[in-house]
Amino acid sequence: MVHFSTDGRPLPTPTPITAPFFDGLRERRLVLQRCPRHGYFFYPRGRCPDCLGDDWEWAELSGRGTVYSFTVDRAGHDPALASRIPFAIALVDLDEGPRVVGNMVDCDVGDITVGMTVEAAYEDVDETTLLGFRPAV
Amino acid sequence: MGKRAAAIVGLTEWAPKRVWDEPMFTMEACARLAAEVLADAEVEKGEVDGLVINGLRESPMFAPSALAEFLGIRSNFNEVVDLGGATPAGMVWRAAAAIEVGICETVLVFTPSVPAPPQPGANGGPMKMKMGAYMGGEVWGSPQGQFEIPAGLVAATPSFAMAAQRYMAAYGVSEETLAKVAVDSRYNAQANPLAVFYGKPITVDDVMSSRYVADPLKLLEIVMPCYGGSAVLVTSAERAARCPHRPVYVSGYGEHLTHKSITYAPDIVDTPIRLAADRAFAMAGVTRDAVDMASMYDCYTITVLLTIEDAGFCAKGQGGRFIDEHSLRYDGDWPLNTHGGQLGMGQAGLGGGMSHITEAVRQVQGRAGERQVPDCNIAYANGTGGMLAEQVALILEGA
Repeated sequence: MVHFSTDGRPLPTPTPITAPFFDGLRERRLVLQRCPRHGYFFYPRGRCPDCLGDDWEWAELSGRGTVYSFTVDRAGHDPALASRIPFAIALVDLDEGPRVVGNMVDCDVGDITVGMTVEAAYEDVDETTLLGFRPAV
Repeated sequence: MGKRAAAIVGLTEWAPKRVWDEPMFTMEACARLAAEVLADAEVEKGEVDGLVINGLRESPMFAPSALAEFLGIRSNFNEVVDLGGATPAGMVWRAAAAIEVGICETVLVFTPSVPAPPQPGANGGPMKMKMGAYMGGEVWGSPQGQFEIPAGLVAATPSFAMAAQRYMAAYGVSEETLAKVAVDSRYNAQANPLAVFYGKPITVDDVMSSRYVADPLKLLEIVMPCYGGSAVLVTSAERAARCPHRPVYVSGYGEHLTHKSITYAPDIVDTPIRLAADRAFAMAGVTRDAVDMASMYDCYTITVLLTIEDAGFCAKGQGGRFIDEHSLRYDGDWPLNTHGGQLGMGQAGLGGGMSHITEAVRQVQGRAGERQVPDCNIAYANGTGGMLAEQVALILEGA
């Protein structure tokens, strides 16, 4: 479910199972579930998508990863996002394994490349904190 | 030899249009399409005992029964298929499989996409438009609504753009090569009076100078959303033999999917069409070389490149070279999307996906007119749904 920020941006409505992830972002920590057999997985869910086991635990990651792919959205397919164009969406392979999605921030969209190393950035929008990425220092 | 149990025997297809002058309810559209496709196949309505739809605007629940009631059909097979752009191909094999197992004999397959008459007092408003790009991700509990939508990963274009970006980094393909797919499609559309871009050819320079929508995809590499509608009739081989057009057997098929959002695709440049196509070709007992024309879902130029590779027509990473070395025109050495594809004909909702099937059927039946591929007996048709997610492959063979 989405709700909208005061300036119209779509924001997540956390559920009981995803809330710890968003709580972590607010504290500037990237936490995901880790299955004892299959490692970290994203997005949060009640059972490991590899084995359907429920003996996972929340664990903190480094926030470092590489850009698997990205695009620069210049159209604003969502009218609520039109005021943000151009903005970059990236799929990031975290060093610990899972692939996550987020916006690239703190950089020129023209400088983003596939394979570049990035680190987690935390973007506050109203009461919500979103996971984003910036070029690694 | 592949399956010979069921065949497509008739079709109807409305010219896609950006503005639709005659709003109608989905049920009314289905009634008109049914009358047209039954006339084309010279089959009586009373012979129909199966319905396949994507849904019904006027009855979100109990959709097949509402349509059977509306059309006055006593139906033994009633299916709602939800596979995005792969829906029409998924509908066709389900109809053929149902006929083969003997639960029904003659199935109407509908893909209407028309606006409804204005509703008194209704105001969809901007919120309705906003949610349309979310593809169901706006509901409570949706992962997409919590992770993809807030990142702006909405509608389809950014997802396909990321596939193109990754492909370029992994294998290297020039934007000009991708542009050629759009140019050859548009060439084919010049021989299809139903096409929205009939009378409007383009060049590689036109594509290259069109604006970036989501890098690296440019405006002329993206389908034009339209209204329209189409239907096909699938029946048993026995009944098909008594129809006026050459029966087109659904001789092989395959379907595969792994994800909804592109984030979770196991490999965004090695798509689920690989397994769907392998199964379809194996079932049909047909080699890639035997295909006389291909009808590949082309929501974007990159979709065609990935499909040529993953459906096995060339090795991984060689798609760009394949496109450069072959003419994809109806009069070329590797006829592809001879109707113009959706890039040239327009994407009339699910009718866009169906256009790849109707064109393959026309070609195999020898009624493609000016754009007829000579001696066309075997066609490969496929559908791509969602974010390179749902994939269905069909082998269509003339009797």
